[in-house]
Amino acid sequence: MRVVIPDETKVRFRYPARAVGIAGAVAMIVSILLPWSYGSDALDDMTFYGAPSPLQLFFVILPVLALLLLAVPLVGKQRLGRWAKALAWNTSAKTASLAALGVVVVALAAIAIELGGLINVEPGGWVALVGAVLAVAATLFLPDSPEPTLDRLKSPRWLQITVIAVLMAVLLFTAAYALSLDDAGDFLVFAAFAVGIVLVLRQVGAFAWLGLAAANNNRVLVLSAFVVAFAFPFTQNGSDANMSIASQVLIFAATALGLNIVVGLVGLLDLGYIAFLGAGAFTAAVLSESAFATIDFHPPFIVTVLIAGTVASLLGLLIGAPTLRVSGDYLAIVTLAFGEIFRITMNNLDGSDGPNLTNGSSGIPGIPDLNLFGFDFGDPHVILGVDIGRFANYYWLMLVVIAMIIVVFMNLNYSRIGRGWVAIREDELAAEAMGVNTFALKLLAFAGGAFLAGVAGAVKAHHDVSVTPEQYVFLESAFLLAAVVLGGMGTVTGVLIGATILKLLPEKLRFFSDYRLLLFGLLMVFMMRFRPEGIIADERRQLEFHAEDEELATDVEEDLITHHAHFNPERKGFEL
Amino acid sequence: MSQVASAGHHVDTGTVLLEASHVTMRFGGLTAVNDVSLVVHPGEIFGLIGPNGAGKTTFFNCLTGLYKPTSGEVRFAGELLPPQPRLVVRAGMARTFQNIRLFHNMTALENVMVGMYTRTKTNAIDAVFRLPRHRREEVESTERARELLAFVGLTASADMLSRNLPYGDQRRLEIARALATEPKLLLLDEPTAGMNPQETRQAEDLIFRIRDLGLAVLVIEHDMRFIFNLCDRVCCLVRGEVLVQGSGDVVQNDPRVIEAYIGSPAEELPSTKPATPEPGTEDGEGPADA
Repeated sequence: MRVVIPDETKVRFRYPARAVGIAGAVAMIVSILLPWSYGSDALDDMTFYGAPSPLQLFFVILPVLALLLLAVPLVGKQRLGRWAKALAWNTSAKTASLAALGVVVVALAAIAIELGGLINVEPGGWVALVGAVLAVAATLFLPDSPEPTLDRLKSPRWLQITVIAVLMAVLLFTAAYALSLDDAGDFLVFAAFAVGIVLVLRQVGAFAWLGLAAANNNRVLVLSAFVVAFAFPFTQNGSDANMSIASQVLIFAATALGLNIVVGLVGLLDLGYIAFLGAGAFTAAVLSESAFATIDFHPPFIVTVLIAGTVASLLGLLIGAPTLRVSGDYLAIVTLAFGEIFRITMNNLDGSDGPNLTNGSSGIPGIPDLNLFGFDFGDPHVILGVDIGRFANYYWLMLVVIAMIIVVFMNLNYSRIGRGWVAIREDELAAEAMGVNTFALKLLAFAGGAFLAGVAGAVKAHHDVSVTPEQYVFLESAFLLAAVVLGGMGTVTGVLIGATILKLLPEKLRFFSDYRLLLFGLLMVFMMRFRPEGIIADERRQLEFHAEDEELATDVEEDLITHHAHFNPERKGFEL
Repeated sequence: MSQVASAGHHVDTGTVLLEASHVTMRFGGLTAVNDVSLVVHPGEIFGLIGPNGAGKTTFFNCLTGLYKPTSGEVRFAGELLPPQPRLVVRAGMARTFQNIRLFHNMTALENVMVGMYTRTKTNAIDAVFRLPRHRREEVESTERARELLAFVGLTASADMLSRNLPYGDQRRLEIARALATEPKLLLLDEPTAGMNPQETRQAEDLIFRIRDLGLAVLVIEHDMRFIFNLCDRVCCLVRGEVLVQGSGDVVQNDPRVIEAYIGSPAEELPSTKPATPEPGTEDGEGPADA
């Protein structure tokens, strides 16, 4: 949103604007003490006086932030001292107001839709809306703040680690809470709030500081992220519904990480990647103890996983060897066709044309639960007084698989192989002329990525109970690619986030059923327009998308130097 | 790099490092390189000059495996060169490009480390499990890359993205990257294009120091002063053919070379022009472009 107001006007009106803004924020804060909705069915029952609902309590964080950002500077520049420049006070007050307005609009729209008409919006809702509009209008009249310098302030190590830990805990409870929202309206209001908070934190300068803290405490960050992910099932009280979604997210994320090697590191566009997941799943299915399995050989799962990965990577070699000599658009078309060939072949291996391997379109149902070292993944059990169901078991297994995939990804990335991959992406001819075996490296990426997808597929077969060809349609490949692009090509965190968003949203937005794809289309269009490098940007990738931006190049370089992101073999990658 | 010896250089004319015999490269009806033969000895700086469109870069591409010559053969240290760039690099020839082709979004250090690809052995398994070989090689190649950067004078820029380096530094980084492949013969395609006189002098000095390491250098250049200062022997290509080959003095004073670059007086044109190949072999040659 860009409203151009002349600087003189801003300076002239800065005191009244601040006062109006504060009034707007206060109005929003007061509004949660009033009912927003007439009926209790809309959202999470916002019908009480003086007793805000959970969503209202979340919402109020935004106006409180806006109020603080507007009111604290009133104490004067002298007393603020170095904090005056550390935070982008005015600009982030504007962002907070805009975010609050966004949440209010979504909430009122949800109330109107769910109860049938705006007549159902009670005074509290209107007060919030008026307050938000006032705050937004007023903050537009405040002078813009300079770039925040929070990241330049010295902060002790313990503070950084504490903030990371607290953030992770917040993340855990946010995820648990978001998943518990069954109503699409609730979920959208909460999503609007979450996006708003993230934007405010970014604007205020907290992300720059966090980035530095994360880089300084890399191990703490990775460890705490895994602790949080591990703890997630304990927040679900044995509810299988959410754990099923969570384990699907992890399977999807594992596959996307494999694709990330091919697309993100080497820069090869693969539009048929789902075939490798399918190859792994079908392999595990025909080798499983299912009554419908077509091969009378049932090795333990450890062996099955290796066979599944190998079959997938052999397929990768099969498709890669003849086609990796072409590049760019041609490769995209070939892989697209390969994905379709795979699906149709699986459909046709039904015994009437050729051998019966997959039972055709009915696939292989009744795949029993995994059994690893005598532990049956289908058995629910109780840990620390919390019920742990079947899906939680698969969730933990996938967590281990993903951890291994990340180790593989990072260690390859920061090695001779990874440098060769990036060189191919940057300038294939120059890489070849410097002695890089470009064909072999591309093939390795293809086969390696396929192996990881095959492993994920083997777990997926048992997780889903049945495997059919129609689970592996082109749309799934497109979604995988979208997860990689949306999250940030070449990054681990970005792809994990992208995969989570792309798998979670469809589950939570069943309300929109047929319009889900439309929403994704819009989301992708907006991302590509405003942030083509994805949510988390790989430093190098970011430069490729903003080739003309010299300032950015200098920034990235500073980051590279301060974060020691150059190839210092002692610091990068994971030790096993 | 400690072994930079200042001792007077020694060209071993008895042995042949690179031998191109009767190399011809045709693109359809266009003969870009016609029957070019030349020999480079170890420790020698060999210059390749010629007006624009004379086929110098095409000839370079034939040597380094980017093109497969239509006829003729190239032998390196007695072995027939395989027509694949990476195998040529492994055999011991490395090149730079006329229009700089660095990996722009990698740091200077990473660029040089990519050059070490053929000389390192870490495979995917070593890297994934961080086996000792990987760690050892990683430490060694980082060290070696820093040495090479120091050798070309880029110590301070090791962690800078190569796209942010000044133009002259990018040229030097390309040389460092080529040196990282541990070549016996370095091919430089217009290493001073776009440089000011001071940078050109530095480049000259750098090439001498490379020669003093025991490498042979084959250099394409337009700058006559640069080439005759630098080279032991020079070959002048015109319209894809060898016009004259020999020591700097011989080439410098050959009237045909001067004519090829500056053009001849109009009235002499028909008589002094050497046997011309078919006129279609040039792609827009400017008469005085040196």
